[in-house]
Amino acid sequence: MHKLTPLLWLLFSAGGTLAAFLYPVHVVLLGLVFPLGLLEAPSFEAQRALLAHPLTRLYLFVFVSLPLFHWAHRFRYTLYDGLQLKHLTPLIVVFCYGGALVGTAFCGYLLWTVPR
Amino acid sequence: MSSTTFHPRWHRAPVSVWWWLRKRSYALFVLREISSVFVAFFAGVTLLQVRALRAGPEAHARFVEWLRSPGVLALHVVVLAFVLLHAITWFHLAPKAMALRISGKKVPDAAIVMGNYAAFLVASAVLAFFILRG
Repeated sequence: MHKLTPLLWLLFSAGGTLAAFLYPVHVVLLGLVFPLGLLEAPSFEAQRALLAHPLTRLYLFVFVSLPLFHWAHRFRYTLYDGLQLKHLTPLIVVFCYGGALVGTAFCGYLLWTVPR
Repeated sequence: MSSTTFHPRWHRAPVSVWWWLRKRSYALFVLREISSVFVAFFAGVTLLQVRALRAGPEAHARFVEWLRSPGVLALHVVVLAFVLLHAITWFHLAPKAMALRISGKKVPDAAIVMGNYAAFLVASAVLAFFILRG
């Protein structure tokens, strides 16, 4: 585990940077502007065509995966310090990084098998 | 609170799980840490979006309906607040995490923070363009 710490910190940091720069505009559009009808979302066909583009899928893979590792690393220490759960370390580590790995694998599968 | 047969018990005053409510700066720290949960939540929403688009028009229409339900809308307001808290604290921490030097001179912290905000605005505009164009 200790040997992996620099890598995990790098993923935490990269995911944090990505989420800071790119997440707000996505949340505003997908979560608020489109559902409230303030602007019209592109049609299903247009969105599907955008998703089929390899660059979009590469972008979305990084967009989902890195922030999941950011969450894993930060939440791990939130549980340690905030809730004083140091004695549950192995369970927390498996839950956090395991969750990020599962999410990344699922995302990779979904994007790899997008029908054309 | 462990003790051994060889030396007396350590003195450790027990700290409440709610220690972070005692001071504004502590509370802000914990809220910042918790922001990661909302970041992960939105990564999950993006996964649902991809899944719905793959599955076809009906599944996508159901996903859009789900986004329009009042509970999910309210949740996204909270998600936006936490994602912005994450972004702002991240932009302000950047110069502390990494000292940037240009021809031997340290770049002032304020310049790095302003650069972050400028890059954030540009990135958001570019993304909005692509998302709205479809």
